[in-house]
Amino acid sequence: MTANDTSIALERETTTAMSPHVFFRYVRRTLLYVALSIAAFVSIFPFYWMVVGSTNPSPDIAHGKATFGTYLFQNIATFFATVDVPRMFFNSAFIALVGTTLTLIVSSLAGYGFEMFKSRFRERIFAFLLLMLSIPFAAIMVPLFIMMSRLGLINTFTAVIVPGIASIFIIFYFRQASKAFPGELRDAARIDGLNELQIFIYVYLPVMRSTYAAAIIIVFMANWNNYLWPLIILQTEQNKTVTLIVSALSYAYVPDYGVIMISAVFATLPTVLIFFLLQRRFVEGLLGSVK
Amino acid sequence: MAARIVTREHITGWMFVAPALILLGIFMIFPIAWSLWMTAQTGRGLNFAFGGFANIQRLLGDTVFLRALGNTMVFLVVQVPIMITLALLFAVALNDTKLWGRSFFRTAIFLPCVTSLVAYAVLFKSMFSAEGVINTAITAIGFAPIPWLTDPFWAKVLIVLAITWRWTGYNMIFYLAALQNVDRSIYEAARIDGVPPWARFVYLTLPMLKPVILFTTVISTIGTLQLFDEPYNITQGGPADATLTLSYYIYNLTFKFMPSFGYSSTVSWVIVVLVGILTFIQFMVTRERQAK
Repeated sequence: MTANDTSIALERETTTAMSPHVFFRYVRRTLLYVALSIAAFVSIFPFYWMVVGSTNPSPDIAHGKATFGTYLFQNIATFFATVDVPRMFFNSAFIALVGTTLTLIVSSLAGYGFEMFKSRFRERIFAFLLLMLSIPFAAIMVPLFIMMSRLGLINTFTAVIVPGIASIFIIFYFRQASKAFPGELRDAARIDGLNELQIFIYVYLPVMRSTYAAAIIIVFMANWNNYLWPLIILQTEQNKTVTLIVSALSYAYVPDYGVIMISAVFATLPTVLIFFLLQRRFVEGLLGSVK
Repeated sequence: MAARIVTREHITGWMFVAPALILLGIFMIFPIAWSLWMTAQTGRGLNFAFGGFANIQRLLGDTVFLRALGNTMVFLVVQVPIMITLALLFAVALNDTKLWGRSFFRTAIFLPCVTSLVAYAVLFKSMFSAEGVINTAITAIGFAPIPWLTDPFWAKVLIVLAITWRWTGYNMIFYLAALQNVDRSIYEAARIDGVPPWARFVYLTLPMLKPVILFTTVISTIGTLQLFDEPYNITQGGPADATLTLSYYIYNLTFKFMPSFGYSSTVSWVIVVLVGILTFIQFMVTRERQAK
């Protein structure tokens, strides 16, 4: 590069109007990538921290060691020694699977019913339910607890699962999705002599597969991650779910961070796996509510 | 004949919605009515006595309640705008189809909302501990370590950081979806007319996203007013009740101290009333802007 070249370049920069524009666009692009990279780093770092932490002994984690260690198997061993891991996993899986199945049956039936059989009275009920959507759980938590204790259901999975089965949000979601269900299919099935329930099971269900897939993910995650209600209801050690155990471990007088990290991995793994397996449907499912 | 078909259809309709309506009646409507009734009841445990407005009077003189209310409002006023702004900016940036690594950034920013609230809360607690990884990094750059868990101010900052980490990607997804439906030719026309990017954002993107922004703001408001998992697992409501929230206080009143169901129901109705008022304000603000 000669002095001449530089002066030409400088001259071009000062004389043409395009150059500062291009320059600023370049700067803006760079800043954008820097900002997005920072955001991505911040978003991913706690996951990295969790995985790295599970390979380090507790004092190292407490002192901020952010590199992989060799303590993974000891942490896993301590975890299995302090917690009944299979039992904890069974509790969470049972609540999540049974809860999800029942929620989908009851709430999709209702969403279908509200959309397919319209009556003025039911429309009013539906509008009322939408209003109830904004009632926070905190407002019904206390009476629900008293109800469950009078029914003798404290410390049972029934008490954890049943209040969530009829979900206004999922009913609303299925009603919105049902608008896309072709009426001709229903008419054809009626001519073939199917009754309304058979139409729902043999025609509606298979056609709405992806709606169900998305709902399964939403409801399963909500059940798997649920915390406050199980915390209130499940009181003995052997009935506790994964989230309750993670929390209890960190509440210990001398918390073992290595074990806490392992338990966090256990709590996160199922949902992260589901997310990556069904990423497209998952995002669609979340969006289903605004469509 | 026609009338009979209509009646049959009517009955079938009720059969489809009946299981859900019965369950909602028992586990939602009935508890709501019950808790409203309990706000007028005093007494401990399951011994109730009619107290009229005694609980509401007690609220006004309860410094712990006022502190919990104040903390919750601080979280709401500080955190929701930060998160909504970040989510919007990320969504607009990631809506650019020419952006390199677009799906990677989108997945990365969305990933936090796959984690369970408890698991991420516990992770944040360990990251932000006195000698934890964050303070190690801060001292490495040459600053003094921050007392995240022991200072009332920084504990609040930590909760705000945590919630923002968990929910920004979730809100971003809603904006990304809404942006997909926006007609690109409007932007092209604006660009050709020489409208700068910031003006395109303020005068084109924001007005078009208004319904979604309203939706996410309402959802976030309801969520923040019910904040429990994070303060319970990161800061235990401390130090000195600096991160105690309304939901946390209800939990304490009901399950930690000698249960006072009437009073805790009263506190929970404060949340209901706040949700109502704030949702109404948010609807009014957007409607007013639309009228202009």
